[in-house]
Amino acid sequence: MATIRLNEDLIIKARDLAKKIALQVNGFVNKRSTVTIERTLLRLIGIDGVNIQEVPYPNILIDQLQERGLLDEGAVKWVIKAMITYGMAPQEVAESADADRINWEDCRGVSSKEVQEIGYQFAKESLKKITAQKLERERLIENLSEGEKPYLYLIVATGNIYEDINQAKAAARQGADIIAVIRTTGQSLLDYVPYGATTEGFGGTYATQENFKIMRKALDEVGVEVNRYIRLCNYSSGLCMPEIAALGAIERLDVMLNDALYGILFRDINMQRTLIDQSFSRKIISYAGIMINTGEDNYLTTSDAVEAAHTVLASQFINEQLALQAGLPTEQMGLGHAFEINPDLEDGFLLELAQAQMIRQIFPDAPLKYMPPTKYMTGNVFKGHIQDAMFNFAGMLTNQGIQLLGMMTEAMHTPYIHDRQLAIENARYVMNNIKHLSGEIEFKAGGKIEMRANEVLENAADMLEKVEEIGLFSAIEQGMFADVSRTLTGGKGLDGVFIKRSDYFNPFEELLNTELQLGREA
Amino acid sequence: MTIDLTRIKPYGDTLGDGAVQLSFSLPVPYGEEAKEAAKQLAIQMGLEDILVYHAKDLGENYTFFILYGKLVHSIDFTKIKVPKITAKSMDFYQINEKIQQEIKRKITIIGACTGTDAHTVGIDAIMNMKGYNGEYGLERYPMINAYNLGSQVKNEDLLAKAIEVKADAILVSQVVTQKGIHLSNLTELVEMVEGQGLRNNMLLICGGPRINHEIAIELGYDAGFGAGIYASNVASFIVEEMLKRNLN
Repeated sequence: MATIRLNEDLIIKARDLAKKIALQVNGFVNKRSTVTIERTLLRLIGIDGVNIQEVPYPNILIDQLQERGLLDEGAVKWVIKAMITYGMAPQEVAESADADRINWEDCRGVSSKEVQEIGYQFAKESLKKITAQKLERERLIENLSEGEKPYLYLIVATGNIYEDINQAKAAARQGADIIAVIRTTGQSLLDYVPYGATTEGFGGTYATQENFKIMRKALDEVGVEVNRYIRLCNYSSGLCMPEIAALGAIERLDVMLNDALYGILFRDINMQRTLIDQSFSRKIISYAGIMINTGEDNYLTTSDAVEAAHTVLASQFINEQLALQAGLPTEQMGLGHAFEINPDLEDGFLLELAQAQMIRQIFPDAPLKYMPPTKYMTGNVFKGHIQDAMFNFAGMLTNQGIQLLGMMTEAMHTPYIHDRQLAIENARYVMNNIKHLSGEIEFKAGGKIEMRANEVLENAADMLEKVEEIGLFSAIEQGMFADVSRTLTGGKGLDGVFIKRSDYFNPFEELLNTELQLGREA
Repeated sequence: MTIDLTRIKPYGDTLGDGAVQLSFSLPVPYGEEAKEAAKQLAIQMGLEDILVYHAKDLGENYTFFILYGKLVHSIDFTKIKVPKITAKSMDFYQINEKIQQEIKRKITIIGACTGTDAHTVGIDAIMNMKGYNGEYGLERYPMINAYNLGSQVKNEDLLAKAIEVKADAILVSQVVTQKGIHLSNLTELVEMVEGQGLRNNMLLICGGPRINHEIAIELGYDAGFGAGIYASNVASFIVEEMLKRNLN
């Protein structure tokens, strides 16, 4: 494979700085939990469903515990206390609480020994379920085989899960390796996970456990027919990041969008909330063998792709270190970037190659997730198809892990069934035609591509130095990422953040830390 | 060769040939019947000499077609009327100067991507300091107080802020248009502004890739801007219109 000569010392330095930044963040994160983390735990012990007003039971319980000032001991502790006091199963506790039939004061008498015994049992059982799904994935891939990298990643976004299935199955037959079900616009800002199968979404389909299950089943079926395991992707992001991670783990999703900064910058979610949520969600994702996709590509939609190239790299270093600290193996790190340089720029493709090749070499084991042109897609579908071909060329030449296929109708509408077919034809043609090209060429020493890559690396290292000095929180406040500035206490979801009491109980995290061989929590 | 503007047809290589290309999918299995079905649909669209050049099995009993034909219809170009924004576009310097000399105070413009829409590319291109493609955004204009509220802003929050800062104009960006969601969103804002009795005090302007001036007027807006528009186009309209309506 052709390589460019990069300043290796600078890579080591940048990685070390990112590690320090991530450690600072985790020092803050480890002392805290959030309402969605607590709801995740309740889902993991089997609490599900919605009440008559369609409020999910996990939300009902968390709200009650928060109102009574009990949440900082951990929701699991109190639900177990109620179970023992009333002789109920977890779901019964939830339903009784909804009917105001749980007197939490009456539950105080239960000893912590009893709570812990049941708590660890719950944690063990639910991790067992997640392990079973992980093994099932491995078994299916073994039996069916899988697509070659770069995996062809296609989106479906009809708003109706049953319509999504038609589109997804067709895409799988046409050659898709990963199907991502885009979420309905606005879901990231819901502080609850909607329930059941849904048929009404805008620009996408609600992420619900039932929808995950339905799509999983459809992809397993079509996978057997095409003799290829078809991966399913959804979004562990927004205000319910860890809850969706858990649902994804239980329903055997294979890929999840999960970024430490995306929600802060682009959805104005409070930075404390997102950084705490990403840590726990990544532990679940790590354990479940799910691959994450980070969202650095988005920086280039608000900033210029040439000027801001180093912010993408700097963020990838930070995402990598935060992921490592949540136990995520490098092989599951789909670090994101994008082909977003203005197509009118002379030698723009050289800069794209420099970026893609540089990242490939800096993160050699990560299945890099390469996003297609969107910002400069115009509605001229003919030109757009060529832009996508150039993108496919760059992706194959630089051995990316996941190629999110561009649609010629990008910037026009969510994909039609034939848009996907044309996109796959495009990718297959280009990738097959240049399959071994990277082994046949060399990047010119001291050439434009090499110089550009090292320039970006230098700028990223400089940026990380500044971020390390002031801390990630201040760096975000100063708008160092994506030209977007957010404050420590601004944005949505801060009221769902709390400091854990000294006797806080989260058996799942304890067990996950042991399983993932992570250091004891602060 | 004179072109008869009263009978305009698509053009390929011979005037009046009516050459048209189109592509679509049908929910039928691939095969000769599918191609024939595509052809007959094209006939109903008003095409003749139809050639189905490409048909592709999409799986799940769907088939994709690319076909060419000659359109029988023509249009009287002399009768075409399209409502357009008449304001002459000024540049950054002319706009600031005009505000200073004729409105004689800074004007206030507030913008947002409303509803659940999270696509800020458009509103950012118009409002943010940096602008787009080398054209400064409204925040850069010394004579304009510009407030970009970002994405997923509720109509009521947008209006509340507009009242608070005494906005002269509200810009609403709508990108997601699946199932007509933008229409109800845009209409709601007009109704709220009217409900507050403020419709005559401020300009309402919408924008987005699927928005045009005609739709905007129909929905009760003062102007609508589609793709390819810069901050200076929007600002020019606002300044001209404020002067016309004595909103200074």
